[in-house]
Amino acid sequence: MVRPQDRKFVTADPEKCIGCLVCEYACSMEHEKTFNPTKSRIRALRLGPLNNLAVTCRHCEEPACVAACPRDALSQDERTGVITVDENACNGCAWCISACQFGAMMMHPEKKVVFTCDACKDEKEPQCVKWCPEEALTYVSAQELAQKSRISAVKNLFQEAKEKKP
Amino acid sequence: MFSYAGKILRVDLTTGKVSTEPLAEEMAKSYIGGMGLGIRLLMDNSKPGTDAFDPDNPLIFATGPLSGTMGPTAGNGYAVVSKSPATGGVGEAKAHGFFGPDLKRAGYDAVIITGKAPKLSYLWIDDDKVEIKDAEWLKGETVYHTDVKIKDDLGDFYIRVSAIGEAGEKLCRFAAIINDEFRAIGRTGMGAVMGSKNLKAVAVRGTHDVDVANLDGFKEFIKMIHERMKGPATKKYKTLGTPENVLVLNSLSALATRNWTNATFEGAERVSGEYLNEHYVKKIVGCATCGMRCDHIAVVPEGPYQGSTSRLEFECLWSMGPLCGVDRLDAIIEAMRIVNEYGMDGISIGVVVAFAMDCYEHGVITKEQTDGIDLRFGNAEALIAIIHKIGKREGWLGNALAEGVARAAEIIGGDAPKYACHIKGLELPGYDLRTLKTAALGFSVSFRGACHLRNGAYSPDVKGKVNRFKIEPGRGKMITDESKMYNVIDSLIVCKFSRGTYYDGWKDLANYYTLATGLPMTVEDMAKAGDRIENLARMFNIREGKGTRKEDKLPWKIENVPVPDEGPAKGVVVNEEEFQVGLSDYYASRGWSANGIPTATKLQELGLGDLVPLAEQAEQRGA
Repeated sequence: MVRPQDRKFVTADPEKCIGCLVCEYACSMEHEKTFNPTKSRIRALRLGPLNNLAVTCRHCEEPACVAACPRDALSQDERTGVITVDENACNGCAWCISACQFGAMMMHPEKKVVFTCDACKDEKEPQCVKWCPEEALTYVSAQELAQKSRISAVKNLFQEAKEKKP
Repeated sequence: MFSYAGKILRVDLTTGKVSTEPLAEEMAKSYIGGMGLGIRLLMDNSKPGTDAFDPDNPLIFATGPLSGTMGPTAGNGYAVVSKSPATGGVGEAKAHGFFGPDLKRAGYDAVIITGKAPKLSYLWIDDDKVEIKDAEWLKGETVYHTDVKIKDDLGDFYIRVSAIGEAGEKLCRFAAIINDEFRAIGRTGMGAVMGSKNLKAVAVRGTHDVDVANLDGFKEFIKMIHERMKGPATKKYKTLGTPENVLVLNSLSALATRNWTNATFEGAERVSGEYLNEHYVKKIVGCATCGMRCDHIAVVPEGPYQGSTSRLEFECLWSMGPLCGVDRLDAIIEAMRIVNEYGMDGISIGVVVAFAMDCYEHGVITKEQTDGIDLRFGNAEALIAIIHKIGKREGWLGNALAEGVARAAEIIGGDAPKYACHIKGLELPGYDLRTLKTAALGFSVSFRGACHLRNGAYSPDVKGKVNRFKIEPGRGKMITDESKMYNVIDSLIVCKFSRGTYYDGWKDLANYYTLATGLPMTVEDMAKAGDRIENLARMFNIREGKGTRKEDKLPWKIENVPVPDEGPAKGVVVNEEEFQVGLSDYYASRGWSANGIPTATKLQELGLGDLVPLAEQAEQRGA
């Protein structure tokens, strides 16, 4: 059993992400042995040149996708938090896609079943994180993420305080 | 044959007929893809003498063999080739971003578009399903809004769109085709050809796989390129970006200023890469699959253009900055933004405005003719105002300038042709050719007209490898060798900013090609393909009456106005005699006749035997 705060997932730093799609290509190369972003488990979005973000499964606690599946095709690994799809049970009804708030559950264009991030079944570092040329992607736990944000928030405060000094 | 789609799509906009045909392996290997393949298809699918705006002039979109793969920078390009309405010869340009890979995944190495739609339309390529759709509702729209509205209309955010703006619709001869907001098929007026076909945009969604022949080897190769892209070869693009050139060229008296009047700019500091990055650049982003990044996104923080956002590179910064005598970056950023909205070539537009300013300062055009705009050098508001007029073809002058400097000079008359800085009808890019004489020679022989990216001839001058104030024998070979490399780069469609990461040059590129396609490619074969493409392009120009010695010439100012600025370059000018020596040297190094026409031997050697009669006819006419 892993404590919920220690469960890891891939997340992108909006300050660093440039929407280059290298993560999508790395994912499809790793999982599908081809180059095809529509078969990637992570998708990057560019809303404008200054607004880019890659999004994938965050291995939620109490995942809505699992709860929404009427055929019990989805399950969450207790240890890693990864959502597993039973490809025989899934009939592609897409209830889980409606349920996921991140668009991290997707329909596979050929298998006609859903698919999502399995963290490359690698507990150290998934391929997208390894390839990201901007070091915008990290494989972190909620705890690490909170710590990082806290540290940078406090650093910024002190920086601002310093700059305000006469 | 891996990584190629193996298929060509044909669309006749007049009849609405759509068909596909296979891409032969020999064709693929001989012309590689992108620009090279596009020029061969142009040669084979057009009749001599067809006007650029004739419906029979084919507009060809071509992907490269690496498009759609994870190849960093190589995965994301496409080329557009057609007869140019600016030069009357080969028109071609490449763009990166996100459009090219979708066209490949949709299943096409090339799309040949002919005819003219009865009303404004857009082409919707959804994998195997191809439709010509109404675009009357997009008439006059900016490039950006066309992109957004088509995605909305088709209901998919991930659709990629390559579109023209108002300038393309109105046949501005330097109109561009733009994808992803600011990635332009910029040079040679391809947007005008698209406009002449009543084609507002090409929208594409590709969902098929792109497979490479040797996935493990390919993966190792790109991993290596990713490592190299961390630096030092890419440092310039990842830090100050190409605007770094402003101060470099200024210090060399090679920063063309006020329409090639001066070679240094007193306002250079204020429009330098250093100043731009410190005060305006918000973020540096990149294209699909790129392992480096170069798009310096500049935002104006205050003043009349507050909030104006644009990507800015050296060429356009220079053309709308120093060349027009403008030293205000806020206005240059705004100018770039509107140029992208109208869909125009960011180099040509600046040269066109600078030409108009030169005419105005010399009294060749009057304030009445400018509709009251005070077109003095350095007037930033006038720059913006005249760009709007050109984009809309508004007023006598706006309409004349939309024809490009060569034709505008004829319309204006008087001394105007002296101030028109172009080669073969294409406006000069950002180098002062009086003080960079290898570049003067290289630009003059480029098959798409004045261009720094057909053979990179500015490089030995700027790097100090040669005496840049002289043209002497030996420069011809330099230009010949580099042109082969540049032709291959544009046919593979790898980004030129990445060229320093191929440490082993030809060997790296040949290896890259074979890992992806599975087709054997030696260094010699690849260099020969580069030479073949050059000769083919030259032959197209010759066929259209634009490709012999008499067309390889320099603008009047480059040969007649000595550099007035103090410093080592004072008084320098290109004289006709040294220039002619340079041309002869270049033709000899290419295996061309004294008329600049490829010899039968040369054409046979390159597998272009079909073009021998054409060359012989031209030689008889020339002799």
